[in-house]
Amino acid sequence: MIEVDARGLSCPEPVMLADQAIKKGEGTVKVLVSEPHQKTNIEKLAKSRGKKATSKAVGSEFEIIIE
Amino acid sequence: MNLSDSKLKLLIAGIGCGLAAACLAYFGNPANMAFCIACFVRDMAGALGLHSAAPVQYARPEIIGLVLGSFVISAVTGEFRSNGGSSPMIRFILGMVIMIGSLIFLGCPLRMVIRMSAGDINAWIALIGFACGVATGCFALKKGFSLGRAYETGTGSGIVLPALMAGVLILLTCTTLLKFSEAGPGSKHAPILISLAGGLVVGVLAQKSRMCFAGGIRDAILMRNFDLLTIIAGLFGVMLIFNIATGRFVLGMNTPGIIAHSDTLWNILGMYAVGFAAVLAGGCPLRQLILAGQGSSDSAVTVLGLFTGAALCHNFGLASSGTAVNAETGEVVAGAVTANGKIACVICIAVCFIIAFTNKRNSKRGAAV
Repeated sequence: MIEVDARGLSCPEPVMLADQAIKKGEGTVKVLVSEPHQKTNIEKLAKSRGKKATSKAVGSEFEIIIE
Repeated sequence: MNLSDSKLKLLIAGIGCGLAAACLAYFGNPANMAFCIACFVRDMAGALGLHSAAPVQYARPEIIGLVLGSFVISAVTGEFRSNGGSSPMIRFILGMVIMIGSLIFLGCPLRMVIRMSAGDINAWIALIGFACGVATGCFALKKGFSLGRAYETGTGSGIVLPALMAGVLILLTCTTLLKFSEAGPGSKHAPILISLAGGLVVGVLAQKSRMCFAGGIRDAILMRNFDLLTIIAGLFGVMLIFNIATGRFVLGMNTPGIIAHSDTLWNILGMYAVGFAAVLAGGCPLRQLILAGQGSSDSAVTVLGLFTGAALCHNFGLASSGTAVNAETGEVVAGAVTANGKIACVICIAVCFIIAFTNKRNSKRGAAV
């Protein structure tokens, strides 16, 4: 599993880093983000890349598993 | 309700913002400004006495409404996050650059779109500069540009800017302390309640839809994602219909009275600086106000940079003048970019390049993995 810690980063960095990780094609990608809109953007990215995204809140932040 | 998860919802949000802009224009806001962030932050800076350009002083309730609308909706929906610490002083400089570039062109990206919808060819030309500026910012992002992480802060830090805006609203409505233009653009405005309501509505819609003029082009270039452009298309469409229906649509380059000039090179370079700086800062002036409303101290610092940039523009003669008709002779006097403005614009672009290629991911503590 590749983990992308994008917490606290400005747009579009979280999506860019997640996209790079997805493109490596090494299976599951876990993305950590701080903002709700970043969670939505990562979910949309996963969908556009034909992947399934599962999100959950971790405290005030979010964890998205892309597989 | 999430407005950003489908193109249709985004289009509806854009149409909503366009209707608000059309109402504000109808009820008296100056030519093609509707709720131009650069113009109105500049007017607010004048009202607070940060500069002394008499024609552009009015504490615009639209700006207050945008921040408070974002603050209220994010608090209600649990999206308010008080955070900061992502290179705040660089963001301050980027805020200044965005304002200086905007006042050389005479409008923020929002006003550029509104001017485009009113047939102003200069705005269409400036779009080239804006898109090139965004593209340069995207190139920097691909090369690893980052301002580093923001961290959670105490709630009080995120509330400061909304509280200051509420304070200015109280000063505007309950005191005579603020300056107020008796002539010029600052004297033209919709009634306070309509302006405030317009700002609140757009603040809510922009917060829920993530509306961003720089982000629209940026996402199209970087990710082939056209979602944010859909909102702008909605706003453009409504304003185009409004302008044609009310006789405000005038196709041309030297139209007097619309607060614009036709100095092509500087229209392009001004908006190039704006597009470049906006991508580095993570959003256009509107988006910075919205992010500041939902708790970002970094965006609040960028907004303070906008205010400082506005003050510098009018204290040091950097702002351009619009083409106008001489009231006595009836002659058309072409608007112009000042020599100081041209020097400032070049410096702003150079500063953007320095910031873009000296702040790298992995090059300092706190940068991305």
